This record gives sequence, structure tokens and C-alpha cells, in this order.
Amino acid sequence: MASPMKSITEPRAATASEEEVGLQTLTGSQIIWDTLVHEGVSVVFGYPGGAIMPAYDAMPAYPIRHVLVRHEQGAAHMADGYARASGGVGVCIATSGPGATNLVTGIANAMMDSIPMVCITGQVSSHLIGSDGFQEVDFTGVTLPITKHNILVTRAEDIMPAIRQAFYIASSGRPGPVVVDITKDAQQASIEHRYDPSPIRLPGYRPEHHPVPREIEKAAEMIKAAKRPVIFCGHGVIEANATAQLLEFVQKTNFPVALTLLGLGGFPATHPLSLGMMGMHGEAWVNTAVQEADLIIAMGMRFDDRVTGNLKTYAKNAKKIHIELDPAEINKNVKVELPLVGDVREILRMLLPQIEKRSCDEWNAHINDLKGDTAVREIQSLPDNGKLFAAHVIHDLWRHTQGKALVVTDVGQHQMWEAQYYKHDYPRKLLTSGGAGTMGFALPAAMGARMACPDDEIWVVVGDGGFQMTACELATCAQEDIKVNIAIINNGFLGMVRQWQQFFYGGRYVATPIKSPDFVKLADAHGLKGLRVTKREEVQAAVEAARAFKETCIIDFRVEQEDSVYPMVPAGNDLDKMIRRPVPVGVAGELPSEELPGEAIKDVPPHNPIFETGKDH
Amino acid sequence: MAPSESPTLRHFVAYVEDQPGVLNRVTSLFRRRCYNIVSLNVGRTHEVGVSRMTFAVEADEDTARRIEANLYKLVNVLSVEDITGKPSLTRGLALIKVTVGQEKRSEVLQLVEVFRGQVIDLDLDTMIIELTGQQSKIDTLVTVLAPFGIAEMVQTGTVAMTRGAKGSAAEGAAQQPANLRGIFAA
Repeated sequence: MASPMKSITEPRAATASEEEVGLQTLTGSQIIWDTLVHEGVSVVFGYPGGAIMPAYDAMPAYPIRHVLVRHEQGAAHMADGYARASGGVGVCIATSGPGATNLVTGIANAMMDSIPMVCITGQVSSHLIGSDGFQEVDFTGVTLPITKHNILVTRAEDIMPAIRQAFYIASSGRPGPVVVDITKDAQQASIEHRYDPSPIRLPGYRPEHHPVPREIEKAAEMIKAAKRPVIFCGHGVIEANATAQLLEFVQKTNFPVALTLLGLGGFPATHPLSLGMMGMHGEAWVNTAVQEADLIIAMGMRFDDRVTGNLKTYAKNAKKIHIELDPAEINKNVKVELPLVGDVREILRMLLPQIEKRSCDEWNAHINDLKGDTAVREIQSLPDNGKLFAAHVIHDLWRHTQGKALVVTDVGQHQMWEAQYYKHDYPRKLLTSGGAGTMGFALPAAMGARMACPDDEIWVVVGDGGFQMTACELATCAQEDIKVNIAIINNGFLGMVRQWQQFFYGGRYVATPIKSPDFVKLADAHGLKGLRVTKREEVQAAVEAARAFKETCIIDFRVEQEDSVYPMVPAGNDLDKMIRRPVPVGVAGELPSEELPGEAIKDVPPHNPIFETGKDH
Repeated sequence: MAPSESPTLRHFVAYVEDQPGVLNRVTSLFRRRCYNIVSLNVGRTHEVGVSRMTFAVEADEDTARRIEANLYKLVNVLSVEDITGKPSLTRGLALIKVTVGQEKRSEVLQLVEVFRGQVIDLDLDTMIIELTGQQSKIDTLVTVLAPFGIAEMVQTGTVAMTRGAKGSAAEGAAQQPANLRGIFAA
């Protein structure tokens, strides 16, 4: 509240009555919603319970849609999906104790992928804190290492500042999830309240960094001198809305672009200079180009172990410019010659005027040579021989959606196939769990994305294993009229683990064969649509049918059971020593003899269904 | 890039908000990133609401920079300074209880004199010695007193301060600089 001294300097406050300046008597619960409305929130995902009941009771008076989930993990992923698709902050809400701890996976997932999210949780009344009260969990303690920040609120007066800080911290700098844990008595207390729109002051929080002009000049010199450059496009390019600047940069320099999984869509996949995804399941030519490069310009990425492989042999020939917002990422995994700490878009804007238009023909021609005829050998381009491969499904999905769908993937083989075969030309149209690798992410994240993008065609691409982790949210789809299309890449295995068992564990399939319910009947049980596809020729009709239904539709794609994701750099191996895609018989050209890294690989059983021979079954 | 050297003992000074849970956030960060704390000292400063931490960590140059950058990511951390290699003073305080009877008392008193320690409690067969100084000084006194029999000892964490003008962390806590320019100067 303003002090009398202050009101002298503010003429309006001196004359206006308290009502006119918006002072109201509100409960803490009302303040929660009032603050959320002021923050621009229109939808929250949640599940009620004892310690958050006062807040729920106050909710209907505010213009906020609530999506009732079936498990709080779903609420966290929905808020995450909403944030990824919209570029705004996603909000989820849960009660104390188990309600809150069920959010943990979703919070950790958002933390690993730097997703702005605010989680509001109820907490037992302040006098019960520390007494092991019913449904009491030390939630700020639990979430300390998996949040950007967290706040325990025990007084109604602190609710608005805490929520405002949470939104500010979650969305500024390198984004991340923030937990606001509010005690029940703070929700119930009534106070004189006025929304305070003044800028947030956090003396220890400095989210913005700016490189100095000298560093930009040095980068320009390195760019000018480069003979074999590669640009890395990471998630930061999308988060910073820097895709236009990156495109301009590439048009000027003609440098090829390799992308991280989360960077897909940050640079158009159909652009001639797009190399596609790099790393463990990147194409051979991408990883070889990285190893041969003399300059790497890494934008908004953090040299994850899935991107680099063996750090000792990683990109030894390249000088590295690291454009990154988080100073703690500099020199963490890979030593760089020039760190540019700041926002990717701002740095590209500073850099662009200093770059001269140049060509890079020789290097790009070399990379094209590396591709060889691999592209024509790829399975999605092969004629239908009666078998259904995941690559077929995803390639055809890309074709029949004109590459414009918003695709949400889960974690596993289907995720890598999607990254390889669905060509993403637009940012925020691929949502996937990258850093944490959270199975069960796809369906709820897609539902959150639906709230952010009501007009998009949304496809969930998910494995039969991951789908069952959060399949309960189908009931939420039905209750809330949320329409998404679900393509289950059903191979009857926990496929990625099975693939590792095949390559590295002597083919012993321990605990990976998985029996699923009849997904068509499951859809039907929820009042939704279900289809089954077993042949490639049926894919298009099913995709078109799914889009036409107004309800959520599941397509159960029964794909080859023991197909593997190629190429593959085994974890910790040198980036250019990969297990190549086997050559389908009847296709012209021969690969150089396979050099499989490691002892275990030599024991790979000779049968592999990706051979288009028909002899293995 | 220079090859990363082997870890050495480094001292950091951090100003933090004096709030519940802040120490937990800092130590949790060290645990999470596997930075081993050799010594940690926390206490309030003359500024209301501001505490000062001194910690000693085994780290090489690169790790030290990341420790600094990671600490800055904590919302309640106001400023951080790696004072390793800067002209600075480090001090710790130790209380050492020696089991010593009358016959050897003067011998111990002589040692305490040499180390400029103080005897703050005396009994028929024990003596408590207070010593302020660098860790090496405390360690040495412990070594020379050991033959007499040390009943118990306790020491504070190291506290540190740069010599001369106000340290950059102290400036930072007061001024809240806009960025971390310089931490990663190429």
C-alpha cells in the first residue's frame, strides 16, 4: 500500500478514494486468479484436491478455462506443450503432496528443455508445515534442482508478487519452470488488495547478456576466413524467434545448417542448405561434415552428449563460435574459441551487417558428395512391397499434411524417425521431449498445443509404449472436446530399448516385448474414433479420415516389429563412426563395407527387417 | 585454448539475499554439479538483508568460471567473485583443546606464543587455544600440538576479503551490474 508520503507526489492517489485506485478486499484464492488474468493466462491445466480447493472454488468468477486432466503429469506436459506451441508461459495447477509430486516428471522435462512454465501447487496450512500433515510434501525442497526458481507462499499478501515474479523468471533469459507453492491458509485469508503492475525488481536476477562489439567483429573475421563452416541451429533459435535472422544469415553466407532435435523447424528442412538433424541418429553426411568442418557456429544449443558423441574426437578441426544465452553453458562440454553470450536474435542482428555476401560452393559440393545416393536408398522412397515401416508412415504423413502439421512426438524410435522423415519447415511445429526424454509426453503436450493453436492440424506421433504411459488423457480429450490425431507407431516392442538390446546386449530382448490393448476399441470406449492400418496403401486414406473426424482419432499403425533407427552413433562413440543403414536389395549402388564400431556390434543378428528382401520373415 | 590445468583450491566470495533456503539453494547447486566444497562460511554483513558467503572449492579455471556462472543463475545470489589469485586475505578460526598437565604446560604455551594464538581456557589437565589465521597456519599448529594430545578441535570455514578498494562482488551487490561481461572474455 502507498505510504502517505507517496500519495503527495501522486496527485491522483491524493484525491481518489481507495475504490477508485482499485483497492479491493480479496481472498488469496481470488488474488491467484486475478494475477493470472493480469498475466494474460486464458487456460490452465490441473486437478483439484484438499489444499488447492479454496483456489478452485474462486476460479469460476474469472475468464480462465480449466482443463481437468486425469493425472497431474498430464497437466504439466499440457502446460509445457502450450508453452512450446505458443511461445508464452504454460500454467498448471495441482494440490499438495501426491498432486504436486505427480507434476515432478513434467517439471523436470520442462527444465531440461528450457520451457517457460508456472506451476501453482496447494500446500498444507502454514501452521502444519513441518508437521508431516496429511498430504504434506516439502515441494519447494523436492523441486529445487528441477526448477529455474521456486517460491513458498504462506501469506495472502505475497501471492501476487510471487506469481508475477514466477512469470517474469519463467519467461525471461533462458526460460524454465517456476513453482509457486501456496499454503491453504494463504488462499483463505482476505486482504486489501490492488494489482501492482510496476516492473519486477529482483536484485540478484540478471537474465540479459549482451556481447561487446569487439566480439562481434571477431566472429565476423572467423566467418570470413572459414573454408568448411557448419551452422548449428538449436532450440535457442526457436525460443529467441530468430528463424528469420538465421535464414538471412544463411542466404548471405551460404553456410550449411545442421540442426539439433529441438532445433528442427528453426531452419527450413526443405532449404537446400539444410543438412537435417545431427548427432546420434543424424545422417552420416551431417556428422561427417561436422567432423571435417573448420568452423562451427553453434546457435542456441548446448553440445548435449547425444549431439557430440565422444568429446575427445569431436569436431577437432573446427574453431567454434558459441552463441548462447546461458553463460553456464559456455565451455561446459565443448571448449569454444569465441563465446557470444546473449540472445541469438540480437546477436545475429548485430552480426549480419558485418558479414559480407560470400559463397561456399566447394564445401557444399563436398557435403553433397558425402550424401552419395543414400537419399534414394532411404526406405520411405522405396516402392511398396506390402510391408509397413514407420518411415513409410511418417513420410506419408508429411506428404499428406503438406509438411504443415504441428507434430508432437514422444520418446523412442518413432521420435527419431519423425525427426528424420517429417521435414519441418516452420518453427514451433515440432514439439518433442529432448533433454529429459520423457515417455508419455506426446499426447498431453499435444493437447496443450491444441489450446495454443486452435486452427492447427495436430498430429501426435507416439510409440505403443509411451502412449500407454499417459493414455488416460484420452478421457480428457473426450470431456474437453480436444481434437488431436494420434498416430501410434505400434511395433509391439519398447523399440529403442529393443534396438539397443539387439546392437549391444547380444539380442536378448529382456522386458521389451509389450502387449497393448486394442487401440481401436480403446478409442471407441472413450467415444473417440479409432482406425487400424497394416499396409502402406492404407496410410493416406487413414490420415485423411482422421483429419475429417471432429473427435480425437487414434490410428493404430502396425509397423515392422524389429526395425531399427539408422544411422546410429553408439553412445560415447566417435561421431563419424556410425552403424549405417543397411542397403536394401535391388537398389543400385553399394555402400563401402560396413565398419561396425565395438565388439558387440559384430554380433548383430544377420536378420533385420529393414532389408527389403522379404527373406527375413 | 590452453589445456585445462589440474584443479587447485579456489576461493569465491558471494553476496546473497538473507532469506530462508538460500544456503540450501547454493549448496544444492554444488551437489547437483558435483563441485566439492572444501570450506563454506556464511554470515550477515553490515547491509540489512545481505549475507556474505566465502567458499573454498577444488576446481580448475574452466570449472571455476562455470561455478561463477551457475551461481549467477540463482535468483537470490546478488554477486559472485572468484578472488583466487587476487591480493586477498583468508582467515579461519580454530579452537583446540589440548590435554596437557602442569609439567608440559609451559612447553605448549611457548608454541602458542610462536603461532600468536591465545589460551582462552585453562584447567588442571586441559587447555583451550584460540588461533586465527590461514588454513596452513592452523594445520601446522595442530601438527605440533598433536604429540601432547588433542582432546577436540573445531574450526570455522575460511572467510576471505580482497585487499585495497572495494571488491567487485561487493560493488556488484550494491550496484547490480547488468550482465556478466568478462567472465567468458575470449
